[in-house]
Amino acid sequence: MYFNVAVIGGGPAGMAAALAAEKKGCSVVVFERDKRLGGILNQCIHNGFGLHYFKEELTGPEYAARFAERVKNAPGITVYDEAMVLSVTPERTVTALSPYAGLITVEAGATVLAMGCRERTAGAIALTGTRPVGIYTAGTAQRLINVDGYSVGKEAVILGSGDIGLIMARRMTFEGVRVKLVLELMPYSSGLKRNIVQCLDDFEIPILYGHTITRVEGAERLRRIYYAEVGEDIRPKPETEKYVDCDTLLLSVGLIPENDLINGIGIKMNPLTSGAVADEYRQTSVPGIFAAGNVLHVHDLVDNVSAEAELAGSAAADYAKGVLSHGEACAVKVGAGVRYTVPQTVYRGTGKVDVYFRTDGVYKNKTLKAESGGETVFSKHRLILTPGEMERIEIDKSKLKDSLTLRLE
Amino acid sequence: MAKAMETICIMCPMGCPITVTETDGVFSVKGNSCKRGEVYGIGEFTAPVRTVTALVRTKNGGVASVKTSSPVPKDMIFDILDGLKKITAPKNSRIGDVLVKNVLGTGSDIVVTGGN
Repeated sequence: MYFNVAVIGGGPAGMAAALAAEKKGCSVVVFERDKRLGGILNQCIHNGFGLHYFKEELTGPEYAARFAERVKNAPGITVYDEAMVLSVTPERTVTALSPYAGLITVEAGATVLAMGCRERTAGAIALTGTRPVGIYTAGTAQRLINVDGYSVGKEAVILGSGDIGLIMARRMTFEGVRVKLVLELMPYSSGLKRNIVQCLDDFEIPILYGHTITRVEGAERLRRIYYAEVGEDIRPKPETEKYVDCDTLLLSVGLIPENDLINGIGIKMNPLTSGAVADEYRQTSVPGIFAAGNVLHVHDLVDNVSAEAELAGSAAADYAKGVLSHGEACAVKVGAGVRYTVPQTVYRGTGKVDVYFRTDGVYKNKTLKAESGGETVFSKHRLILTPGEMERIEIDKSKLKDSLTLRLE
Repeated sequence: MAKAMETICIMCPMGCPITVTETDGVFSVKGNSCKRGEVYGIGEFTAPVRTVTALVRTKNGGVASVKTSSPVPKDMIFDILDGLKKITAPKNSRIGDVLVKNVLGTGSDIVVTGGN
């Protein structure tokens, strides 16, 4: 089977990429491993999605449904659900397995990677102690409760104060679970202030900063967790160890782009994002293979995922038709205070290009500057910049020279 | 007599710790860096509201997600959640369906957001 564009993943990134490619007249195939489109949005029943993209506040399933409806009504898009992609080659042969369609092999003019990200697990953070029932990643607990309708426990502790952990503190409280404590290794939360206030403070759930779990205890079911303050070296101080009894532990300790599928096919990766190195069109180092959404870099707003995936899907359509062209390449470099940028290459030409980035720490009262060829091409004063909030700047492409450097002053 | 409340402003990532004080019907906000913090602080002090998102059981034993169609008074969240335990979403309910009109007199409806 041949399709102009093959999209791997039917979450927000995959749906937006498919729609953008179809809009350009392409035949598109979407592979989704779950039973329905929408990805993780389907389990995010809280609101706060879509303020940028739809200019209104939606819950996750509502945001997903708007795109799924468009996909369903797009005649040029074929969706395989419950289809697990097994391999992608640099020549863009995609192989997938489905209980209904069997082994599916597709040749594609262009491919968009939209596999999203995974959560770090107990193993990933070397959690010590026994291995009882009752330890979940926050997202797994979210799915068990919100989609499958199960109860996860009665008394819970949450390790990590990223947004998913905070949202789950409120969600479990609503379901009658007593959330006894939130522990955060760092001296601050990477979650939104809104979630600290509305998910913890509203329900008087305590949070301890600079603390971590030292071990878990329980034979079959989790019974108790031990925790301690950490020193400046981020190691637990044994003399500060305490314990709290609980039958449930949620881990909200970071997300990693799910790139296992493209291991070893020659796509250049960025160790800072754990995603592919990508250009202005979100094209990877392998021509014709594009990436968008959390598989490229972990986003904090789905609205940005949709926008990025539309860009990638549209460019993939152009590539498949042989009309993707651009000016001379200009490498995007990170300077003081900037952790990473996406894209890592932009092109000289006309119009504007958006460059997204994260800072490497919390900064107040800084000027954000972008320079190319010794000249300032962007400058803006900011009251606050934090690593938890992705920033975006718009660059005039006609002002680009051989490289573009972003830094804080 | 003066009444006071301490909270964190959520209007931007600054997260200013603010103190709202009422003295004889006059409000003052301290700790905020901008006008938005003052408006937020007085709102949180006088009439805090939240949009409630939760689950209701469906006829086939599954769950459907729901929300209040507009923010409701914060101190009514658990009364609303208790009410949701007593209702069941009908078969084939769809996003946008209203399950409860004017829930507990708040003027807000319980609306299906997904599931099944």
